[in-house]
Amino acid sequence: MQLISCPWCGPREEVEFSYGGQAHVPYPEDPAALDDEQWAHYVFFRDNTKGRFAERWCHSAGCRRWFNAVRDTATYRFEAVYRPDEPRPVTT
Amino acid sequence: MSPRPPGADLPEHPDLLWRDVEPKASYDVVVVGGGGHGLATAHYLAKNHGITNVAVLEKGWLGGGNMARNTTLIRSNYLWDESAAIYEHALTLWEGLEEDLGYPILFSQRGVLNLAHTLQDVRDSVRRVEANKLNGIDAEWLEPDEVAKVCPIVNTSADIRYPVMGATYQPRAGIAKHDYVAWGLARRADQAGIDLIQDCEVTGFTTSGDRVTGVRTTRGTIATGKVALCAAGHTSVLTDMLGFRVPLQSHPLQALVSELLEPVHPTIVMSNAVHVYVSQAHKGELVMGAGVDSYNGYGQRGAFHVIERQMAAAVELFPVFARAHLLRTWGGIVDVSPDASPVVGRTPYENVYLNCGWGTGGFKATPGIGWCLADTIANDEPHPYVAPFALDRFVTGALVDEHGAAAVAH
Repeated sequence: MQLISCPWCGPREEVEFSYGGQAHVPYPEDPAALDDEQWAHYVFFRDNTKGRFAERWCHSAGCRRWFNAVRDTATYRFEAVYRPDEPRPVTT
Repeated sequence: MSPRPPGADLPEHPDLLWRDVEPKASYDVVVVGGGGHGLATAHYLAKNHGITNVAVLEKGWLGGGNMARNTTLIRSNYLWDESAAIYEHALTLWEGLEEDLGYPILFSQRGVLNLAHTLQDVRDSVRRVEANKLNGIDAEWLEPDEVAKVCPIVNTSADIRYPVMGATYQPRAGIAKHDYVAWGLARRADQAGIDLIQDCEVTGFTTSGDRVTGVRTTRGTIATGKVALCAAGHTSVLTDMLGFRVPLQSHPLQALVSELLEPVHPTIVMSNAVHVYVSQAHKGELVMGAGVDSYNGYGQRGAFHVIERQMAAAVELFPVFARAHLLRTWGGIVDVSPDASPVVGRTPYENVYLNCGWGTGGFKATPGIGWCLADTIANDEPHPYVAPFALDRFVTGALVDEHGAAAVAH
């Protein structure tokens, strides 16, 4: 089991967290303007990156707040965690 | 007389099951992915359509990805007509596959119990049994005492946390030896003249308009008339290279085996609610699986707490397992679609065919999808059994929502 660093609580065990999928997927600015295909992409299609992936996590058994992380989906290593209002950090 | 060297009396090394070939400059069809689905597609291209100028490209070794990492269960008791059709087609082919391949696959129709632990489970299960019957699939609803007759080691007492309130039962379900299935299909495809090329990773594609003209690989560029993508968990990596999106998320799915035990488990038992599934391999290991790890991953391993939870469920359901030792764990990468059903058929490229999104259901479909994908490739038209699983269902909304019958949380 790995430790995940909640930006508010610090490192906690993985079982305290739940997964929220890809980060930075904004709700459509003008929903009424979207056609079926664009809606399908908003609702169903997400990136499925092998490598560094910006994603959402919730510290559901702790402070219950959402945050973002950059994690490598091949190694599972967390490279950065950051608050939802912060931009994706540059990881090297 | 001097002592003979060790090994001198062992039999000769058996013949190789397939040739180790250099890729040719071009093929009529290139199948990307040398797992069960890719090999089955190659087999039926040759057998049903006489198409043998085919290469199967595998980045590792044949049958070494998900094919070697599953739990070998075969059943067709899915809810919706579309799923029932393709999985039942597969099960029918499984029943004759050993003869077709001329190779043992240890197919054993020992039945599957899907346990119900709540009143809602019971209602959903009975509904699925009725749906199965309407589709001509063998299915029954069993009360707890009947469950105990089919599998005496299941704890059917009323005083456990999630008592067994009954089960669906499909007697024709079973298991097969997954490695043998891959080897048997590979041997037959090879005999038909199809090139199986291992250690050959796809690194890109050459295109001309809306057609793919060639496949770039670590062993050179291979020209091709048609491409079939059968790369399971790594499909997104390929479609990213092709520049179109498929609604897939890749997750690690773990499984494990116990040490060898005498025969104690006569059937297959699955439980959605407490989440474990168990069968006993021919050799004697208990083979167990549970749900996927929640996060995206390509690492072919998962988190320990998932195994821990699955073991807790197993020991409560099967008290006799309490002293069994865990021998080995492994993970495969399953490509999960939003409705827990596969994505098969056309792509934005007119000569590229997609076969992915099988989630945790890929192994049982192996001959069925191989048959239907070969037909789709040969006729340039989706086979009726795969037509409902087209990529455009996410736009039209005609989903095939099988989360309930997939039996594994994903």
